[in-house]
Amino acid sequence: MELIKNPNFNFVGNRRIAYAISIVIIAVGLISLLVQGLNYGVDFVGGTLLQFRFNREVEVEEVREALEGLNLAKSTVQRFSPQEVIIRSPKLSQEEQDQVEKTLGEAFGEVTLVRVEDVGPAVGADLRRMAIVAVLVALLGILLYVSIRFEFRPGVTSIIALVHDALVTLGMLSLLQREFSAPVLAAILTILGYSINDSIVVMDRVRENLRSRKKGEGFGELVNRSINETLSRTINTVLTTILPVLALLILGGEMLRDFSLTLLIGLIAGTYSSIFIVSSLWVEWEEKKPLRR
Amino acid sequence: MRRSNLPWRLIISIALVVVSLVVIFPVRQKIRLGLDLQGGSHILLECVDTPEAPVDSDAVNRVVEIIRNRVDQLGVAEPVIARQGERRVLVQLPGVTDPQRAVEVIGRTALLEFKDEEGNTLLTGAHLKNAQVQYDRFGRPVVSIAFDEEGAKLFAQATTTNVGKPIGIYLDGNLISNPVVQEPIMGGEAQITGRFSLEEAQNLAILLRAGALPVKVDVIENRSVEPSLGQDSIIYGLRAAVVGALLVVAFMIFYYGWLGVLADLALASFTVFFLALFISLRATLTLPGIAGFIVTVGMAVDANVLIFERIKEEYRTGKTWRASIEAGFNKAFRTILDSNITTLIAAAMMFYLGSGPVRGLGVTLTLGILCSMFTGIWVTRALVDFFAERIRFKA
Repeated sequence: MELIKNPNFNFVGNRRIAYAISIVIIAVGLISLLVQGLNYGVDFVGGTLLQFRFNREVEVEEVREALEGLNLAKSTVQRFSPQEVIIRSPKLSQEEQDQVEKTLGEAFGEVTLVRVEDVGPAVGADLRRMAIVAVLVALLGILLYVSIRFEFRPGVTSIIALVHDALVTLGMLSLLQREFSAPVLAAILTILGYSINDSIVVMDRVRENLRSRKKGEGFGELVNRSINETLSRTINTVLTTILPVLALLILGGEMLRDFSLTLLIGLIAGTYSSIFIVSSLWVEWEEKKPLRR
Repeated sequence: MRRSNLPWRLIISIALVVVSLVVIFPVRQKIRLGLDLQGGSHILLECVDTPEAPVDSDAVNRVVEIIRNRVDQLGVAEPVIARQGERRVLVQLPGVTDPQRAVEVIGRTALLEFKDEEGNTLLTGAHLKNAQVQYDRFGRPVVSIAFDEEGAKLFAQATTTNVGKPIGIYLDGNLISNPVVQEPIMGGEAQITGRFSLEEAQNLAILLRAGALPVKVDVIENRSVEPSLGQDSIIYGLRAAVVGALLVVAFMIFYYGWLGVLADLALASFTVFFLALFISLRATLTLPGIAGFIVTVGMAVDANVLIFERIKEEYRTGKTWRASIEAGFNKAFRTILDSNITTLIAAAMMFYLGSGPVRGLGVTLTLGILCSMFTGIWVTRALVDFFAERIRFKA
């Protein structure tokens, strides 16, 4: 069966619409990043996360009230599951953590501390530094590989598309105020490595079609034909990856929610950019400064 | 060139599956779980300078030794205690149910001091031979201590000169008990009564037996998960994995028909090979690692999608079915290789990022990509070659 029979969309011709959509989404994300920033988890900024399990359902309000006497002005209480809450706070000392546990025990009967994430500022700073290095090295490695295997120009445009994907994802994370933790960073790295795949598929086809170029076909037309020829591959490879990610998002539990949401946003952004952006930018470049006739 | 009649690719594939099945069963016993899945504590300590005790390399080594003693007394199976870099010590305690207590026992300096009224130190915990929890006559837990030979002498001297006066017992500078000396104590034994709970008394006894740390340590990272929460994560993760895989299986059949069934068989072998490799390398499964596996299930069939789409295209240009298959596999190969290498670059960066769970994701992604290339290309080829002659496909 076929999803779309012999697709023939004018992707390259309508590229300005695609650019506009991307620019608007990225702009909204950037504004959110500037105004409210990312909601960094304790991994990156240090601090204390305590997750408690109660033996009955509790409301966030009740927990907040119970903790009122303690000096936890800067902490947030969040529901994790009906019987569990998470308390996030700037770094608490061991005694303060014990105090929280004791206070909740007095207010709610039996409580179990099921998760502690207590990260000092030095460890957070280490991770921030490593995160920047990791993302830059990944981008550089991919650029290097793509430009060795292909040409410089499609290499550069696919890196632009990757930056696009990363910006869209970061912007959405900021807009939704999801927690930016180490696994979320790993999800973004996964996106960088994976979403270039679809661009590679298209570029491979462009290269192949250049060898058997039809008479009188312009570069833009050839690229557009290549995108259409590979369209069902592009869509199917993404669908088969999105399906398990959706399962993860819906069924994978609270611990993996931010991670899978990041993957989902990134996958969608990545597919969009490899269909609408990468090759169009290459065409743009060729038209301004032609390397080939 | 004549093709041999034996489907040797298929025979090798089946043999590999059988070997892998032997390697992976029983999965539950063989797979190593990370602290986030089996529960436990990951504690990073940093030795810090104080005016009295500057940190040197020897001190850090002694800290490792003393913490090992303390952990042994907590009764943790397979703990990891390792020096990291110049001043850091990593402690991993699988299966610990009370992380706060673990931190309490590990991070305390535990310097015990006996001081007279004027605040002069008479003797310290360095002279201890033993420390044990006992009960006083009211049934309250106390810690009874026994001094070594020199300690016994010092203590006898101290109690002789301070009869009728209090001797303060300090732990890390905090007064925990301030008994008044009734008469000189010559036997080298004493009791610390400090209104302890039983657990506090037990912790103190452990600390005193293992000895004080030579320098101050700070807990700079503590990540602990209660085993039941880890169990929940495993259940959620498995559920998502099964449903995710079924969705992919259904999609492939729905879209590619018989070829899809073959791709699904290849996907099943992917799962088996992946687990076999994972277990053989003694890799550790973490929660992000499970997520990584689920994602690679989706990526694993990508190779098949690329190949099948190519076969269809070739077939449409008028080639025979067999020639289309040949061309489809050959032409898709480079594309598959290219697109997987970039994902491997990203996975390598996760190793660099280091911390357990994220590294676990790097591991599953890397192994997943390698296995998927093998099954997507080789095993699928074996299946398609074998069945192409027996079933009439429709492109």
